[in-house]
Amino acid sequence: MYAQALDQKDKAPSRIEDPVKLAAFEAHCAADDKIEPKDWMPEAYRRTLVRQVSQHAHSEVIGMQPEGNWVTRAPSLKRKAILISKIQDEAGHGLYLYSAAETLGVSREELNDQLLAGKAKYSSIFNYPTLTWADIGTIGWLVDGAAIMNQIPLCRTSFGPYSRAMIRICKEESFHQRQGYEAVMVLARGTPEQKAMAQDALNRWWWPCLMMFGPPDAVSEHSETSMRWRIKRFSNDALRQKFIDATVPQAHFLGLTIPDPDLRFNEASGHWEIGAIDWDEFKRVLAGEGPCNRQRMKVRRAAHENGAWVREAALAHAEKRARRKQAAALQAAE
Amino acid sequence: MSEAAMPLYEVFIRPKAGLSHKHVGSLHAADDDMALNMARDVYTRRAEGVSIWVVQSKLIAASDPVDKDMLFEPTASKVYRHPTFYDIPEEVGHM
Repeated sequence: MYAQALDQKDKAPSRIEDPVKLAAFEAHCAADDKIEPKDWMPEAYRRTLVRQVSQHAHSEVIGMQPEGNWVTRAPSLKRKAILISKIQDEAGHGLYLYSAAETLGVSREELNDQLLAGKAKYSSIFNYPTLTWADIGTIGWLVDGAAIMNQIPLCRTSFGPYSRAMIRICKEESFHQRQGYEAVMVLARGTPEQKAMAQDALNRWWWPCLMMFGPPDAVSEHSETSMRWRIKRFSNDALRQKFIDATVPQAHFLGLTIPDPDLRFNEASGHWEIGAIDWDEFKRVLAGEGPCNRQRMKVRRAAHENGAWVREAALAHAEKRARRKQAAALQAAE
Repeated sequence: MSEAAMPLYEVFIRPKAGLSHKHVGSLHAADDDMALNMARDVYTRRAEGVSIWVVQSKLIAASDPVDKDMLFEPTASKVYRHPTFYDIPEEVGHM
């Protein structure tokens, strides 16, 4: 998901690490001890984490856009207050995660520049549009549900600041998932038109949500090292299956149909089995050809540029006050 | 994109009266007042605390992880600093 960065190929040249330090580091990871920012770490570990944590942060920030689309059109004051709280949480999650990434020696400005320049990725899911109110409920139920599946194991990830950020985030994410399911439930139990709207949203979001877990294990490039270093703790396919097993009965409870003619329950394994995922679509969306990629980047860049004067003014104000304080102190001393 | 960087602050929250402030994370802000306001928005959206401290990260002096053994290992051998080191007959009882 937000761990899609772990499936990207590491293009940087690999550095030969000190074998003694590397062995000690790996033993540390294997014992499930945490790595803290100032501890020795292999360059590839640092690089993987910067990429992973910053991509996660970017996803939280970009993820505000599809939801922001419905703030002014939420069907009631209660739903509007809930939606605003959720969006505020996403901003907060982005900030916790940027802070965690910065402890690895990269600056906030660099990370932001990478996003705005299109060099850093964010989760594929946020490149899909929110066409109806039912999409907002469905995002909470499925997108945040998938996020929880992915993020609960990340609470035990080996890098201390990332793990601590994930613990905070998971506590808040549970509200996101529950409000979403409840909102879909209201529609599913409403008029035939409302129920049709909930079904339509499920039809559009189901497959992109399954893609959030990343490519199948057989083709995922980074899993093995990331697992050994305890950055990642479960494979893409294992988490995806867990998500499917949890959400198929939830859809059935609502009287909704999963848009997959091949879906069937395997009595022997106790798991729901799905049809083929369209990985070409996933690749297209990651490569920038999803329905909303350009719009998301355009809005993000505009928000950054339009906020420039505020950041400048805040710094100028801080400088002015510091100068006045200094002058007053000098005067008092005379 | 050559904007001036905002200073980095560390944030400490007292969860409730009677407990000490605990480090919760960091943030960027132009000055102390804005750092306090932002800490309130970012770190206390769900009644996590009753008091906030912010301090510029550059003002914190920290021990170096390389010195960890030198600094902390000696205490491991000083078991006599713990009450369990001493054998006292049961009938004497605890204080």
